Amino acid sequence: MERVSPSDRDPVIIVENLTARYDDVTILENVSFEVYRGERFMILGGSGCGKSTLLKHMIGLLKPSSGRVLINGIDITQADERWLQQVRRQIGVLFQADALFGSMSLAQNVALPLTEYTDLSPELVREIVKMKLGLVDLSGYDNHMPAELSGGMRKRAGLARAMALDPMFLFFDEPWAGLDPVTAAELDILIRSINEGIGTTMVFVTQELASIFNLGQRVIMLHKEARGIIARGTPAELREKSTDSRVMNFFNRHAV
Amino acid sequence: MGKRVTSHVETPSQTTGYRLRVEPREGVTIVKLEGRLALEDMRSLMSELLSIPRAGMSQRISVDLSGVEYLDSAGALALIELQNRGSALSIPVDLLNISEKNHGLLSLIDREVIQRPPLRPEVVRSSIVENLGELARRQYRDFQEIMSFVGELITALLYCLAHPRLVRWADVMFYMKRAGADGLPIVALISLLLGLIMAFMSSLQLKQFGANIYVANLVTIAMVRELGPIMTAIIVAGRSGSAFAAEIGTMIVNDEVNALVTMGFDPTRFLAVPKVLAAMIVVPILTVYSDFFAILGGLIVGVTGLDLTVYTYILQTKSSISIFDFVTSLTKAVVFALLISGIGCQRGFQVKGGAEGVGTSTTSAVVSAIFLIILFDSAFAIMLNYLRH
Repeated sequence: MERVSPSDRDPVIIVENLTARYDDVTILENVSFEVYRGERFMILGGSGCGKSTLLKHMIGLLKPSSGRVLINGIDITQADERWLQQVRRQIGVLFQADALFGSMSLAQNVALPLTEYTDLSPELVREIVKMKLGLVDLSGYDNHMPAELSGGMRKRAGLARAMALDPMFLFFDEPWAGLDPVTAAELDILIRSINEGIGTTMVFVTQELASIFNLGQRVIMLHKEARGIIARGTPAELREKSTDSRVMNFFNRHAV
Repeated sequence: MGKRVTSHVETPSQTTGYRLRVEPREGVTIVKLEGRLALEDMRSLMSELLSIPRAGMSQRISVDLSGVEYLDSAGALALIELQNRGSALSIPVDLLNISEKNHGLLSLIDREVIQRPPLRPEVVRSSIVENLGELARRQYRDFQEIMSFVGELITALLYCLAHPRLVRWADVMFYMKRAGADGLPIVALISLLLGLIMAFMSSLQLKQFGANIYVANLVTIAMVRELGPIMTAIIVAGRSGSAFAAEIGTMIVNDEVNALVTMGFDPTRFLAVPKVLAAMIVVPILTVYSDFFAILGGLIVGVTGLDLTVYTYILQTKSSISIFDFVTSLTKAVVFALLISGIGCQRGFQVKGGAEGVGTSTTSAVVSAIFLIILFDSAFAIMLNYLRH
C-alpha cells in the first residue's frame, strides 16, 4: 500500500474538535483529523457510529455544535453563503442512493451544474458531458433515464455528475453499497484512475473491507460508544498492528 | 493544528487565468500555453485554440505546455479538440512538455467518445397527429386502469363487508382523524365565510322587496342541497385525496407495495380499503358541519344586518328544508367520498418513476376528483329533480 510521502503533506481539509449532536444525543465528540491533498482518505466504522454524520458536517450539510471544518482554508462552519457557494463548487458528492434526478436523462443530470455555474455554449456543455460520461465508462448513454440503468451504472453516472465541475474534492458516501463484487471492483479501478489521473482529493465513508484495502491510503475508524476516533493509520497497519478488539473485530468480520 | 493551509480558492475575475502565445516559425507553429487551463476559461480557450489550425496550413503545430500550472479535464478537452481539429485538416498537433500529472489526466480522456453519437437519439417533439394519437392511447390505458381498479376496489370492499374483522380498523381510525378531525377547522371556516357572503349578497337584493326573512331559505337550500356537499368534497379532495395518492405513490417508488404483495397481502385491501372507508364515514359528518357553519354565517348576517331574531331565523331555516333534502345531501357526500378516496388511491398505485411521478399523480388525483365530483353532482341534480316530483 503506497503512502503519501511527508513532503506532499499539504492538509486541504482540517476537522478540528468537531462535536456533533442531534438534539441532546451526542454522536461525535472532539473529533480532529486532516486530509492531505490528492489522497484517498477513508472514514470507517460500524453502523450508527456517526460516519455519515461526520461526512455531512464535512460537506456543510450539517452545522456542528462546536468545532471547525476547514476546506481549503475556509471555515465552512462560519462561512457566509457566498463563501460556502465557493467551497461547494469545489466539492463533488456521490450519495449512497446515487441521487440522480429521475426526471432528467444522464446527459441532463451531468449538464445541470455546468449550465448553472458556467457560461459555456450548449455545444461545449454537450462535449464536456460526453467526456465525463466517457470517463466513467458510460459513453453513449447520454439520453438514457436513470431508471433504465443498473445500480453500478447509476453509481458511475452519479460520479460523472459529481465531477462535472472538476472539483478538487470528491466525497463518497458508501459508494459500494448494493453493488455486486465485480461491479464494486470495477468502481474501485475507476475511482483509482480518476484519483491518480486528475489528482482529486477523495474522502470515503465506508465499511466495505475489500475496497478499504483496494483504495484506502489513510483511514480513521469511528466507534459508537467512543463517540469519536478509535484508530488511525493505513488499512494494513490497523489490521495487523491494532490491539484494540473493536478494530480487530471490524477487520476480521467477527461478530461481537 | 498549527499548520498553515494554503488557499486555492480563485475569485472569479474578468481576465483569463491562462496566457496563450502563437509563434509561427519555419515549418512549425509553436503555441505557448501558461497558467490555468480550467473550466472557468473554457469558452475563450476553446475558441482561441481552435482558430489556430487553418485549412491550407501545411505546417505542424507544437503546443508547449511547460508553463501550465493547472490543468483540469475541461482544459484537457480543449487540447484534445485542438488535436481533433488538426487531424481533420491533416495538420499534426504535438503536445510538448506535459508534466507527469497532466499526462495522467490527458490519458484518462478517451478521444473517441467525444464524437461518439448517443446509443439512443434524443426524444424529439413529434407532430400533432402523433401527439394526439399518443394522448388517445394514454387516455384509453388510463380508462382501462381505472376500470380494473374499480373492480378490485369493489371486490375488496365487498370482501371486507363479508369479513369485517379483516378490515384494518386501526388504520381506518387513523385516516378518519387525518381526513376528518384534522380537516374540520378549515371546513368550518370556509363554510362560515360562504354562509356570510351568501347571506350578505342576497340580503342586498331581498331587502328591496322587504323579503329579508328569505335570506334564511336561500342560505339553507343552497348549502344543504348543493354547496355543502360540494365544498366539503373539494376541500377533502385537496387535503386527503392528494395525501392518499402521494402516500401510496411513494410506497410504490420505495418498493413497499411490492413487499406487501410478496408477503401475501392484497395492496388494495391493505392500503385502499381503510382510506376509502374512513373517507366514506367522515365526509358526510364534515358535510353536516359545513351546513351548520354556513347556516351560522347566514344567521350572523341576519341578526346583525337584517333585524331578524335568532329564533325567527332558525324557525325559517327549519321550515325551508325537508328530511329528504338532508338525506340526499348525505348520500351525495358518501358518493363523493368514495370518488375522492378511490381516485386518490388509484392515482397512487399508478405512479411510475420517481419523485416526478409522485407529483404528477398527486396533481391528477385532485383534478380527477374535482372533475368527478362535479360530474356526479350534475347526475344527482337531474336524478333528484325527478325523484322530488
